[in-house]
Amino acid sequence: MKVQFTLNGRNRIFEVSPDEYLLETLRNNHITSVRNGCDESTCGVCTVLFDSKPVLSCTMLTARVDGHHITTVEGVQNEVEHISHYFGDEGADQCGFCNVGLALTLHALKSEIKDPTDEEIKTYIVGNLCRCSGYQAQFRAIKRFLGDQK
Amino acid sequence: MRIVKHKIPSIDGRGIMMGRPAYTDDLADPNALIVKILRSPHAFAKIVSIDTSKAMELEGVELILTHHDVPRKSFTRAGQGYPEPSPHDKFILDEYVRYVGDEVACVAAISERMAKKALSLIEVKYEVFEPVLDFEKAYEHPSVIHPEEGIYEMFPIGFEPKKNVAASYQMEVGNIEEVLKSCDVVIEESFYTQAQAHAMMEPHTVNARIDFQNRLVIYSSTQTPFHVRRILSQTLDVPLSRIRVIKPRVGGGFGGKQALHGEMFVSMVTLKTGKPSKINFTRKEVFESTYTRHPMRLDMKLGAMKDGTLKAIDCYVLSDTGAYGEHALTVFMVTGSKVLPLYNKVDAVRFKGRIVYSNHVSAGAYRGYGAIQGNFALESAIDMLCAKLKMDPILFRQKNMILEGQTSPIFEIMGEGTEGTAMIMETCKLDFCVKRGMELIGWNDKYPRVELGNSKVKAVGMAIAMQGSGIPYIDMGAATIKLNDDGFYNLMVGATDIGQGSDTILAQIAAEELMTTVDKVIVYSSDSDLTPFDTGAYASSTTYVSGNAVLKAANLMKNMLLEEAARALKVDIDDIEFDGITFQTENQQITLSALSNRLTYNEDQKQLTATGSYVGTKSPPPFMAGYIEIDVDKETGELDIINYVSVVDCGTPINLKLAQGQVEGAIVQGLGMARFEDVKYSSKGSLISNGFLNYKIPTTKDIHKLTTEFAESYEKSGPFGAKSVGEIGIDTPPAALANAVYNAVGVRITELPITPEKILKGILEQKQKEIHS
Repeated sequence: MKVQFTLNGRNRIFEVSPDEYLLETLRNNHITSVRNGCDESTCGVCTVLFDSKPVLSCTMLTARVDGHHITTVEGVQNEVEHISHYFGDEGADQCGFCNVGLALTLHALKSEIKDPTDEEIKTYIVGNLCRCSGYQAQFRAIKRFLGDQK
Repeated sequence: MRIVKHKIPSIDGRGIMMGRPAYTDDLADPNALIVKILRSPHAFAKIVSIDTSKAMELEGVELILTHHDVPRKSFTRAGQGYPEPSPHDKFILDEYVRYVGDEVACVAAISERMAKKALSLIEVKYEVFEPVLDFEKAYEHPSVIHPEEGIYEMFPIGFEPKKNVAASYQMEVGNIEEVLKSCDVVIEESFYTQAQAHAMMEPHTVNARIDFQNRLVIYSSTQTPFHVRRILSQTLDVPLSRIRVIKPRVGGGFGGKQALHGEMFVSMVTLKTGKPSKINFTRKEVFESTYTRHPMRLDMKLGAMKDGTLKAIDCYVLSDTGAYGEHALTVFMVTGSKVLPLYNKVDAVRFKGRIVYSNHVSAGAYRGYGAIQGNFALESAIDMLCAKLKMDPILFRQKNMILEGQTSPIFEIMGEGTEGTAMIMETCKLDFCVKRGMELIGWNDKYPRVELGNSKVKAVGMAIAMQGSGIPYIDMGAATIKLNDDGFYNLMVGATDIGQGSDTILAQIAAEELMTTVDKVIVYSSDSDLTPFDTGAYASSTTYVSGNAVLKAANLMKNMLLEEAARALKVDIDDIEFDGITFQTENQQITLSALSNRLTYNEDQKQLTATGSYVGTKSPPPFMAGYIEIDVDKETGELDIINYVSVVDCGTPINLKLAQGQVEGAIVQGLGMARFEDVKYSSKGSLISNGFLNYKIPTTKDIHKLTTEFAESYEKSGPFGAKSVGEIGIDTPPAALANAVYNAVGVRITELPITPEKILKGILEQKQKEIHS
């Protein structure tokens, strides 16, 4: 079936099977920044933005995306590069496998909640699992990033 | 120091966050055949017949392999020094299946859908046996898990497959029975630890292709690319020279990728079809069919005098290696060798036990590697002893623990699978770590507990730990530095960055020695064709072993540069000052950039490369004290982790932020094992906790505060004073938490994880006892 949606600001048409998930469609079309961590919507690695909201592409049928806007880090390079400096300063990046999904989630958080409390931040990013960092350095980086946006 | 011991951002974090292709599957051939594994539904069975004809008829199925189609050659998947201390008890595919999830057949097809469909069409008849699902009953069980011929040990490790024993070991210093008899106080307790899952975010993945020189090229998410190459060559009978193993960016390992899990299958598929292939493990497969931590039962007996002098430690350990014996003996030995020397003044110490097979998921390497199990048992037992002695647990530790300048006979007796290496603690700031941690947690105000009202109580607990820095005389790391025109360097290392940041800290070491900046040192790791040998990322060896190799290479390069500068300026080498940018004499100068261009294009042309290799002659342990503060609800058993204080002696932290990240990441993994990560099997032996929905790892909401500091410490044998820091952080949380729970509510939990249910059960049992007494 044909599916048409806006990918990183550009109109695209993909030929997909009805049971195909967005993660597969994107990876098959050279968007390798979106990666598979668990294939059952439990880890946050495959996060993309669906009309500016973070969703998990591993369980989002590509057919459902028809007519919507999908954003991956390729679509917000400057913003993500900016976030990455905070992570670098705090030593928050280790293996990095969760970082792309987390960066997109932060991008959405920033526009969705003004002046979030610590608890609101944690609730927003709780689905982005990380096994390396222990979350502390990540959290410091995120707080500083959000603080500097004011 | 200008570069070392500073907060340098990782060299790769930005590119990775921006989504650049980096990981193994990002680099797979887009036309790769998809490889899938048919896995056993039975915990223990023999394949009576296997019919692949219907599956092979499917259009798009290229190849199906069963045990009839693969070399009958036993090997171990463990990526360790060679000859391995793990038994060769695994076949690529076998007629026996030994756990739910074991490999039955391998399918290669043009798409994932086709491969999955083919799996469903393979018809297998099994003869099902009674499985061994309780490792305490495995020894001499009527079901022999490895009855087959052709399996063996590489050197004596106590391998007795007919008794379900993968390995066994014993040692004794002094006469344990007699010393225990002479003690005023003796305590005895058994502890149980669970089969923790690594849960690295990137599932196991590997792909293969044959290049235009007809060589097999493997991209693998591995901690040990050189061991992968060797084991593939030995097992598939392909010359080593025909295999190239490339390790791209790895999305976490923690020991789970210190083994071959998909490599054999993609290699066979690609060799047989000539086509590229890839395998991506599902998360369920990562849980069910890779590795876990070795579950153990640890029987501890401690003896002390009334004045608080620890006299004897007796430790019997039964370890469950699951279906295959990977890392069986070495993990077991670390349970003793990296725990028992903490109390080096005892008159007698005994450590013995066996590692048994069971029909569970195979256990393997996992950060801590036995030390976390041993630490939980010993450090819990020490607090139990203190309770009986009515002695402060910190005073007791200060009186009995190892200190700088001291040694333990265990270092010489116990190595990893072999004898060890005697060594004196040139650096051991454990006394500082204990004192500083006490201050940071506010011990004196909170020990043992503070009643908060509303049935809530606050308490603190602590534990001390040690680890190692590589395996002496076995682990070798090498590094090559190449000078380029314009005066920047390539640093090529076999050392394996798996996310811990070794590429960054090795660049820092080179930059410090060459007096340049990190951006002038371009790191490449690792590729068996292009980078020098390194045993890999395990045993806390990269900073110490590979770091020393980098330092040697950089020092050699610096001397070469000085020689070339002397030649160019026609002066004596001793008359030159070099600051990393310019070579200066009294009245002339040449920049490194100009010298490099001259060497490349103009005069005395040559390529400068320097290679350094290092193998340790000792394994200086990092030490730490871990303190935990918790709030417990006495009505429900619920507990909240308020703060975890780590004070660590890792020698010089090469990169302060990355070292802190290593400690904190390990603390939270340790807290996961201590508090959340419950492993459940069905009565038939299948793993129930096989995904993130039913196996909870800590989330950002579970972690309130981590306080991490480093002791001032300089290990002379390490690069710029460094010891290791990768594993030490994981060891203390289980015991510290168990001790804090005891301090809070008087309940001693001896079986991990420490769940609210167990705490509440303990509280209720106490109340029952009070009623009856």
